[in-house]
Amino acid sequence: MALLEVKNVTKVYHAGSAPVLALREISLDLDSGDFVALAGKSGCGKSTLLNLCGAMDFPTSGEVILGGQVTSNLTDAGLTRLRREKVGFIFQSFQLIHTLTAVENVELPLLLAHRSGARAIAAERLRRVEMKEYAHRFPHQLSGGQQQRVAIARALAGNPSLLLADEPTGNLDSATGDTVLTLLRRTAHEFGVAVLTATHSTESAAMFDRIVRMRDGRIAEAAVLL
Amino acid sequence: MSFEWLLFLRLILRPLAREPIRTALAIFAVALGVSAVVAIDLAGQAAAGSFHSSLESLAGNSDLQITAPGGLDERLLGKLVQLPYAFQFAPRIESFAFINGKGEAVPFIGLDLIGHAAQREFATDTSAQQANLLSEGYPIWVGQQLHLRAGERVPLLINDTLRTFIVAGILKPEKEKVVERVIVADIGLAQEVTGKLGKLDSIDVRTPQGKPAVDWRTILGSTLPASVSIDPQGARTQEYRKMLAAFRLNLRALSYIALIVGAFLIYNTISISVVRRRNEIGVLRALGGTRRMILGGFLAEALFLAVAGSSAGLLIGRFLAVGAVKLIGNTVQSLYVSSQPAPIHLTLAATITGLGLGLGVSLLAALAPALEASRIAPVEAMARGREEYSLALRSRSVSLWALLLVAVAAILCKLPAVRGRPVFAYIAVVLLIAATAAIIPSAVYLLAGTTHHVLQKLLGMEAMLALRALRGSIGRTSVLTAALATAVAMTTSVGIMVGSFRETVRVWMNHQLQADLYLRPAGSPGADRHPTMDPEIADRIERLPGVAAVDRFRAYRISYDGLPATLAGGESSRVRDSDATTFLPGEDRDAILSKLPTGDYAVVSEPFANEHNVHAGSILQIPLAGAVRRFRVLGIYYDYAAGGGYIILDRRTLLKYLPDPAESNVAVYLKRGVEAGAVRRGIGRVIGGRAVMVFSNGALRRGALQVFDRTFRITYALEAVAVIVAVMGIAGALLAMVIDRRREFALLRFLGASQLQVRGIILCEAGLLGLLANAIGLILGAILSLILIFVINKQSFGWTIQFHWPAALLLTALTGIYAATVLAGLYPARTAVRMNPIEMIHEA
Repeated sequence: MALLEVKNVTKVYHAGSAPVLALREISLDLDSGDFVALAGKSGCGKSTLLNLCGAMDFPTSGEVILGGQVTSNLTDAGLTRLRREKVGFIFQSFQLIHTLTAVENVELPLLLAHRSGARAIAAERLRRVEMKEYAHRFPHQLSGGQQQRVAIARALAGNPSLLLADEPTGNLDSATGDTVLTLLRRTAHEFGVAVLTATHSTESAAMFDRIVRMRDGRIAEAAVLL
Repeated sequence: MSFEWLLFLRLILRPLAREPIRTALAIFAVALGVSAVVAIDLAGQAAAGSFHSSLESLAGNSDLQITAPGGLDERLLGKLVQLPYAFQFAPRIESFAFINGKGEAVPFIGLDLIGHAAQREFATDTSAQQANLLSEGYPIWVGQQLHLRAGERVPLLINDTLRTFIVAGILKPEKEKVVERVIVADIGLAQEVTGKLGKLDSIDVRTPQGKPAVDWRTILGSTLPASVSIDPQGARTQEYRKMLAAFRLNLRALSYIALIVGAFLIYNTISISVVRRRNEIGVLRALGGTRRMILGGFLAEALFLAVAGSSAGLLIGRFLAVGAVKLIGNTVQSLYVSSQPAPIHLTLAATITGLGLGLGVSLLAALAPALEASRIAPVEAMARGREEYSLALRSRSVSLWALLLVAVAAILCKLPAVRGRPVFAYIAVVLLIAATAAIIPSAVYLLAGTTHHVLQKLLGMEAMLALRALRGSIGRTSVLTAALATAVAMTTSVGIMVGSFRETVRVWMNHQLQADLYLRPAGSPGADRHPTMDPEIADRIERLPGVAAVDRFRAYRISYDGLPATLAGGESSRVRDSDATTFLPGEDRDAILSKLPTGDYAVVSEPFANEHNVHAGSILQIPLAGAVRRFRVLGIYYDYAAGGGYIILDRRTLLKYLPDPAESNVAVYLKRGVEAGAVRRGIGRVIGGRAVMVFSNGALRRGALQVFDRTFRITYALEAVAVIVAVMGIAGALLAMVIDRRREFALLRFLGASQLQVRGIILCEAGLLGLLANAIGLILGAILSLILIFVINKQSFGWTIQFHWPAALLLTALTGIYAATVLAGLYPARTAVRMNPIEMIHEA
């Protein structure tokens, strides 16, 4: 069984009275160690698909099966538990909490999950992303690239099986973006994590093992690069 | 539509409309603050400010009033009418009656209905048929508000006797004066039923035309004995108004606290607005907007909230005044004077005061954040990343300022009252509140720094996140804490003051009330009413088996140095033997009480001494029995019975000048081992059909404490308003915080936070805010209570109050406030949980 199975998923939003078809009959499988890019223009449905895969939302039809659990069958508490155990998120604008230091930001998902030894795990993750010496700095004392490294460390803190990244290099210059993606690939490999990244940059997409191109809520093309 | 109006509509009103609950909370906070001020203003005006001595009712168009302590000899009238001037004299008897022996005291006025000048000025609707009834009994004329019918038989309790009277007619309103609650009888009848045969309480004088009244006063004065006073008509009303002024001022000051709390919240609302629209400010400035426009915009927002809040406050205040006037009226009755509150009118002056204070305080509170907004450079404003408004935390200089304020406050507390008003002490209170607000940011840092680990261990990561968030938004946290701390401080300080006062009164009563049984005429007691009992009662009780001694006490309402006071006579030897009455430190109680009966000596109560600057050794000049008598003050004793104060003579000295043996109160001491029930039954037989009430020592104390508690209900009501304003402010600010930090809460959900955990963070923030505000408010309140007890109370009322911690009361009040603060977080928490994290995280 694949780590993540997306089966014929359709997602309809209601913006006012008019329904908006965000995803149409999407199917996608991800296994441990996969390093996949979701490519496409803005508004093509990449983020919606990431949210469904991350158990943040339910599909209108079809199924998302994460770690053998059908997300549509879970309550809010069940979804929360699934996210804690299986999923790590990385965002375009880093989304670090500005009142917490780097290590406290990394520690946060562990504390939310009531995991013991949170500080030691957080410190170790920061070491993995080469941010150990910045552990006690606040986000505003870090550069964009450093903040994204902290965000990667945070996403890996809970030992997830699936790492979902939404435009992780969108706020970075290309050199820093490449460095961050290289780091993401390396750490994901070390942790045996499947990575699904949304990006609109062709250059960034080229750094992944597999590219899934999306257009108007559908998968337009899936290509294996390696 | 003008350009400014368009901008106001789009940039100010539209955002306010987008958050209706938060806007409504801000408006309601202002409204409640204003309503407290308006309610106290209106109720104070009705119950005290527009006070008109009911005993001066039906004075007609008289200009002067002749009075004397203990009353006038009616033969004086005979001499006056022989004067070679065209004076018109109207003799009066002034007393109180209780309809059916119950309810509130009603002024009972005796007038010369045949020869009285005022007769022409008050209309009655006596019919001939009813006039026939007059021959059947005691006729009276009654005010409309008493709801009695002509011809009705009415039992009236006057002094210790219940008699049936017949309503001969209904009085019609006397021009614009209020005579609705008054009973009038012919003077002869009034003298008989009040026990004042051969006496008059006053003589109204209408002066002839051609000279000013003051000249006639001099002429009249030269023909009268020195023991009588001639005052302009209405002098007693003025005396009481003067005495009530301090009481009103203190109530007013208390009502302003809710407005100060509201000011903190307006400051916070506008500050939040500035933070949120930082980007807009930059864009507007870049597009050509001036600093003045930005300043005007935020002031306009404050003005909108203030106008809406103040207008609502006026209406709520008018409504609350109905309840407040009852509470204030009770206090006035208990402590000062028998009076009937005037109708409540939302006057132009009260409207202007309410609106002016609401608008003024709101604009003043909004000025600082609005100025800050106008000074932001456009580039800085448009830069991302500064989401929290920065409070200029120049900790060291702020702390120094705070210290300076405290020092100035300490100096102000040492300054004397200004015309009996503790003006400097009030300024000191405001300065201490400001000093506390200034040091709150440091306190937040201290709390965050020292309790971080403990809180996380005890309450989990929700507490840690909450603490960090509070510290991260130090400006907002500080203002909210200051608002709630001010309300808590008010609750604490007034709680300590009232608790201390209550405990002082309780201990004082333990000393003062040493007798076993107490007697007084029936009817509700009043500070200015001294009904009397048949002197035979005390004489016969003294002879009852089991009775060790009887202490007779007679009191008269007098005027001393332009203020109301009570002149009384007691039996010094009984007081000395019973250990009752405590004198000020350094005064020899036994020596004073032994000397008191030996000549023209007096002891005075502490409020009297403070009001008139009297010390042991001072000479009091009191006009009595045809001459001005001089009494040397032997000592000053503690007394908490009423406002105004007492001059106490020995009973024999008093009888020497005012030879009326009837007593106002009688205290009965029993022999050791005697069963009180048997004596009580004996007393009951002595009293017979007279309306005299007998209280046991315990019942009298309980009754006194009940009156005390009723007196301070209004202060509790005002405290509640301030607390409600603060708690609503917390709810509004937490709601704003949730909206501002929606991305953070969404992120937490992405990171695995459950709904319960998100709710927990917000409730923790509310809880920590409440904890901090309670702690700071408790400290500030304890300090303010010292000012209230030892400065404001002393300067306003002259009472010495021993400091006492009313622990149970404070614990209950603070627990209630704390619970309310945490509950204030419930709605914002619900809002946070209901937000869609996906939408929030992707918001720009």
